[in-house]
Amino acid sequence: MMNSTLKSIYYTVVSFLGVVILWQLLVSGLHLNESLLPSPLSVVKALGELTLDGTLVRGVVASIFRFIIGYLSAVLAGIGLGLLLGLFSPLFRYSYPVIQLIRPIAPVAWMPFVVLLLGIGDIPAIVIIFLAGFFPVLLTTASAVHGVDTVYLKVAHNYGIGRVCSVFKIIIPAIFPQIANSLHIALGTSWIFLVSGEMVGTQSGLGYMIIDARNNMRTDQLLATMLVIGIIGFLLDLLIGKFERRILRFWGNVN
Amino acid sequence: MYIEVNNVTKQFVSRNHGRDEMKTAIDRVSLNIEKGEFVCILGFSGCGKSTLLNILAGFEKPTDGTVKIDGTEVAAPSTKNIMIFQNYGLLPWRTVEKNVELGLEKKGVSKQERIETARIYTELVGLKDYARRFPCQLSGGQQQRVAIARGLAVNPSILFMDEPFGALDPITRTKLQDDLLHIVKRQNKTVVFVTHDIDEAVYLADRIVIMSTDPGRIQKIINVDLPHPAVRNSSIFNDIRDRIYNELYSISQQPLEYYL
Repeated sequence: MMNSTLKSIYYTVVSFLGVVILWQLLVSGLHLNESLLPSPLSVVKALGELTLDGTLVRGVVASIFRFIIGYLSAVLAGIGLGLLLGLFSPLFRYSYPVIQLIRPIAPVAWMPFVVLLLGIGDIPAIVIIFLAGFFPVLLTTASAVHGVDTVYLKVAHNYGIGRVCSVFKIIIPAIFPQIANSLHIALGTSWIFLVSGEMVGTQSGLGYMIIDARNNMRTDQLLATMLVIGIIGFLLDLLIGKFERRILRFWGNVN
Repeated sequence: MYIEVNNVTKQFVSRNHGRDEMKTAIDRVSLNIEKGEFVCILGFSGCGKSTLLNILAGFEKPTDGTVKIDGTEVAAPSTKNIMIFQNYGLLPWRTVEKNVELGLEKKGVSKQERIETARIYTELVGLKDYARRFPCQLSGGQQQRVAIARGLAVNPSILFMDEPFGALDPITRTKLQDDLLHIVKRQNKTVVFVTHDIDEAVYLADRIVIMSTDPGRIQKIINVDLPHPAVRNSSIFNDIRDRIYNELYSISQQPLEYYL
């Protein structure tokens, strides 16, 4: 009987292998031109090429660096402002319409302004990552504060816990699970937007590598870069999943 | 008189068929409770008994009338009058012992004292071996015991209990009734206990306040002349039980008001 970690690894490996096999069958079966859909082997070769000349490593480092800055600022700003909005109803009522107006605008649309004001480089990408992660965290936090079970607040009031103290003793602990979940979701969304962010206004990073490969008509390099983006996204999700479970256990959800 | 309820009325606005209406939850309720008394408020669902309890405990303000406890008008909840809720109200992210410590986390109580007091009350309710568990790992009855331990740990004068055993199975319920009675009689606590279970009321109460529904009014107050602890289903027990049942049954015979 395998333990659950081995089981997950097994399912992951089988699932990936399945895709690779299907992919190869598609390529050989349809006799596709290499530039239309490269075979798994060519993609691996391209991967090797990009690693050996250092492009891949430079790209990954640049992207991860921007991602960390963008994501962490989104999380801190989202939780901080979310708490304020949740705790002060008037603030929430006045800002909610504006938030819902700005939120649906694709982060990429802001790029012309960002590039004009702050130039090309890391900033545009970081701004996009920030916008992608900020709104979900903000709104989840604010709504979680509103949704705290009134019994807890009654209990706090009954036992003489003051309003300020209640925020730290009752409200913040009560919303931990929802915040952890929103961080998980925001991580995925931010990583996806990172790529689109790097396609406009940067000269490095994985998104830029995609544009570069497209311009050079190197579909094998293109797919290789996409693969790396997917793998990093996969690993990030794994990591934050572990973090979320750790938070829940500490929170008392020991089942 | 320890708890004085004077002509308390509670009204609130509710939406009915698209129109806002004034509903009266409780209407001119007056009641006096002595120190150390165990009073049950008994009635059907919707008779306003929980609303009355919330007003007594200071969670809500009456529309009219006053509530005084020990001579002072009730303005807000206090640690002297602890409420025990039907859904326990335990903080899920805290262990049993940390939940019991909740009311003791204030200036004037040293860490030593806090831990020790919490330990005493956790043991008192029979959960010594569960101190490090989380609420989600406990049964309903155990969770309610934790809530009771938490309440007792701050040494309140009054316990307000809002159908505390309603969510539990009959066997657990009778056990908790026994334990509760034993503890509150020994510590001379005043208890106001809301329930819709006649047997529970007869077993626990010194006096039973029967409330009618819609609007909530006091129908009758009955003295329960039973020795404590009572013997459930003894003939005197059943006599009193039948009297209460008839009172409540006559309430349900009252015509309902229809809104045209």
